[in-house]
Amino acid sequence: MKFPVPHDVKAKTIPGTEGWERMYPYQYQFVSDDPVRNQYEKDTFWFYDGLHYPEPLYPFDTIWDEAWYLALSQFNNRIFMVPPVRGVDHRIINGYVYISPVPVKDPEEIGRRVPNFMERAGFYYKNWDALEAKWKVKMEATIRELEALKIPRLEDMEEMAVVTEALGESQGYHLLKNYDDLINLGIKCWQYHFEFLNLGYAAYVFFLDFVQKLFPSIPPQRVTQMISGIDVIMYEPDEQLKKLARRAVELGVDPVITFSPDWTVVEAALKKLPKGVEWLTSLNLAREPWFNISTGTGWFHHDRSWNDQMNVPLSGIATYIGKLKQGVSLDRPTEKVRSERDRITAEYRGLIENDADRKQFDELLGCAKTVFPYVENHLFYVEHWFHSVFWNKMREVGAIMKEHGVIEDVEDVWLLKRDEIKSALWDIVTAWATGVTPRGTQTWPKEIVWRKDVMRKFKEWSAPPAIGIAPDVIREPFTIVLWGVTNKSLADWAAVQEVKDPDSITELKGFAGSPGIHEGKARVCRTVGEVGELLEGEILVAPTTSPSWAPAFAKIGACITDVGGVMSHAAIVCREYGMPAVVGTGHATKIIKTGMFIRVDGSTGAITITR
Amino acid sequence: MGSVAEAMAWSAAGRMTARPPMVCWFEDCRKDSVPLVGGKCASLGELIHAGVRVPPGFALTTEGYRRFMADGGIAHEVQSLLAGADPGDLAALERLSERIRALIESRPFALDIEDAVAECYRKLALRACMPAVPVAVRSSATAEDLAGASFAGQQDTYLWVRGIDEVLHHMRRCISSLYTARAIAYRANKGFDDASLAISVGVQKMANSFTAGVMFTIHPANGDRSVIVIDSNFGFGESVVSGQVTPDHFVVNKVTLDIIERIISHKQMCYTVDAATQTSQAVEMPFERQKVQSLIDDEITELAWMGKQIEKHYGQPMDIEWAVDKGLPAGGNIFILQARPETVWSAKSQPSAGTAGGSAMDYILKGMLAGKRVG
Repeated sequence: MKFPVPHDVKAKTIPGTEGWERMYPYQYQFVSDDPVRNQYEKDTFWFYDGLHYPEPLYPFDTIWDEAWYLALSQFNNRIFMVPPVRGVDHRIINGYVYISPVPVKDPEEIGRRVPNFMERAGFYYKNWDALEAKWKVKMEATIRELEALKIPRLEDMEEMAVVTEALGESQGYHLLKNYDDLINLGIKCWQYHFEFLNLGYAAYVFFLDFVQKLFPSIPPQRVTQMISGIDVIMYEPDEQLKKLARRAVELGVDPVITFSPDWTVVEAALKKLPKGVEWLTSLNLAREPWFNISTGTGWFHHDRSWNDQMNVPLSGIATYIGKLKQGVSLDRPTEKVRSERDRITAEYRGLIENDADRKQFDELLGCAKTVFPYVENHLFYVEHWFHSVFWNKMREVGAIMKEHGVIEDVEDVWLLKRDEIKSALWDIVTAWATGVTPRGTQTWPKEIVWRKDVMRKFKEWSAPPAIGIAPDVIREPFTIVLWGVTNKSLADWAAVQEVKDPDSITELKGFAGSPGIHEGKARVCRTVGEVGELLEGEILVAPTTSPSWAPAFAKIGACITDVGGVMSHAAIVCREYGMPAVVGTGHATKIIKTGMFIRVDGSTGAITITR
Repeated sequence: MGSVAEAMAWSAAGRMTARPPMVCWFEDCRKDSVPLVGGKCASLGELIHAGVRVPPGFALTTEGYRRFMADGGIAHEVQSLLAGADPGDLAALERLSERIRALIESRPFALDIEDAVAECYRKLALRACMPAVPVAVRSSATAEDLAGASFAGQQDTYLWVRGIDEVLHHMRRCISSLYTARAIAYRANKGFDDASLAISVGVQKMANSFTAGVMFTIHPANGDRSVIVIDSNFGFGESVVSGQVTPDHFVVNKVTLDIIERIISHKQMCYTVDAATQTSQAVEMPFERQKVQSLIDDEITELAWMGKQIEKHYGQPMDIEWAVDKGLPAGGNIFILQARPETVWSAKSQPSAGTAGGSAMDYILKGMLAGKRVG
């Protein structure tokens, strides 16, 4: 399969964005002036990470890309010594992230790494449950540290306590230090994020591999169904909404809650009623930590949590109240899901012919089931809870920068890289200390205007799904599972690339995420804010979904996403609710328009546009 | 009063000997009935007994065949014609075959055999509520001459046969198919004794197929035991079985019964009944049907479920022929016409896909070193 040369793609600079490279760390550029690096970049396979980055990256948001660039790679290459792979390399073109797994080429080196891997990975697999329990403690401690971190304002006069307690340090100094602490906590959190993830994905990917050897036609969604947890944290925020809906009906305050989509109105009305106050108490218990759930992936600064956007969970609660009033049960069919999962597992196991294979199946299944809870749950701790708090702390930093005139709007802070923010803070703090105006007030605002325009232009650009030279074999587990880099998806992506006119496309393919067939009207929702427009039985078409999109799943008849594999949120939730899902289509949100009549076949992954 | 044969047996032996019957209903057969009714009919009996929906029918048993060949000295005449036949001279064998087949086809059955067959056909017609019920007449080889019968298989299925005279005529044609040139040569080369030859002929109500085809309870291309594969075309199943058409192809997950693959082919012909001549004919597929899915999703699911039950009953992967009857309503219109053990993959011994010790870590390491093929 032929894909464009990376440097050719980069060379076609979008007019008006010349110089965009300064918005990202220097090592993320495809280069032409270094022959060795240039050749390496040409010979390698880079694919656009649309799963994590459906939109171009803002300069500050690059922090997470750098964090997992480091963490994933270090665990593969320096800690667990995964024999045939090193880390995953990253580049950026026009704000879009491209990644590439780096193989170990020397067979002897691979051989040398094997015993280390067996010992180190073996230790983690053997002691998984105990280590995971320790991890939870570590993560919660990190999040508490983050929540407690203060971003001090710079006062005209420091507090008297600085003198009486002989502190010997100014708030200016603390602002600088605490900004570093904030960034370091973020990086540390991501170190923990990857402590188990590579091994978790390896266990999953090779269970899938083994089952596919036994049963070549088995759909991956069924394999995931055999190991998926029932009570994962991911469902808990949604469960809280249901609990609150039931409580509202119990207390008789449901008419107040469904009265308005505006939380401020509803809250004010509830405060006036004794039962309303009771309900608000229940709500506040649920908000920490469950409403920290992000309405997006948590990776972008604009992903706000339910706590920041109470209208979103409010609409979810209202939907559930509506269902309760209709007499529809809100209960997740856990018994049914569990028994169906067990039945399917037993039947597949029963089809295995020889004892050795059966033993291998049991061992791999057991391992996959042990690791899967972490794989599913870590998202809530990191991308939701930690990130939601983190973004808001950064907004406090932005507020200080705005106060001192270096940026015009708090939300402008994202246009600066994290080291640029550090420099700007030095500028501000020394200027504050000295009693002069920071230089940045004259330089940053114009630069930010230009950068905002660059981001707008980046958003219009269509990132080619893959560039460079595709390898024969991929050995890095993430690459295989998470981004669906398989023979099939590459061919599908390449095919969509070749179509000149998106309006002429009537058939789309993706991964069969959840079985069944549904026909109906499509509704394209690019952000979770739009799910309120969904009507009963419509088909949701989204770039990707996350647990905060839960209220949508109560209404729709099927779901289609641009990115994701069988382990993606949309696939897991749709399987649970028994509705079809086709995920990882590549460009569904660009090809399907709201109002089109479409047919979704979640068993084969085929989508047909009928009108 | 019993049949003439039974009476003869009584008097000859001075006591009642249990002579095998000359005709036998499928539902009275089981898989151990092969010596009496051959593999095909025994299998149909086994299926009916297992509760599978099979079109009813009966067989002219091997006893009936032996009686036919003995009566009027047909067997003797055939033997003398065969004496001195040169297995190497194909042209001569062809001429010989024609003579023998013409001989067999021209001789009537004895009256008692005709009566037995006619009585079964009459009862079949009553069950079907059709006076001259259309039937399929097929040879059903027995285990002893399976090797020989594999060459007799060329023209051993006659579709849409109506009326007792036609039934008897096609029975004789099935019997005569034992004497194709190749079959004669094969048996001569192997030193097969024709005296031990036996064949049965099945007469089965024809499903008036709207759609028909084959089903495997194991993937024929890769041996995957977790799927059921169905090939279908409009009309009678012969177009699929004979390979004359590229059928619609469906892969169904055996565990969950959902359809995981659907390939609708460009179907250019099918077998159907010509109303005027009341015979089965190959016709060109009308244009508007060529790319239409020949089996609807509900039928696919029901059929796959039936295949799953059949496999469970036999305890091994099966190769099945089926039809959807035009005249009957949904839920009661899918029929199994034949089911036999699958032979290709069941014969292969599958190597273990796992590692020696079976530990998860060993497999994970092995997998990582191997990687996944891309592109």
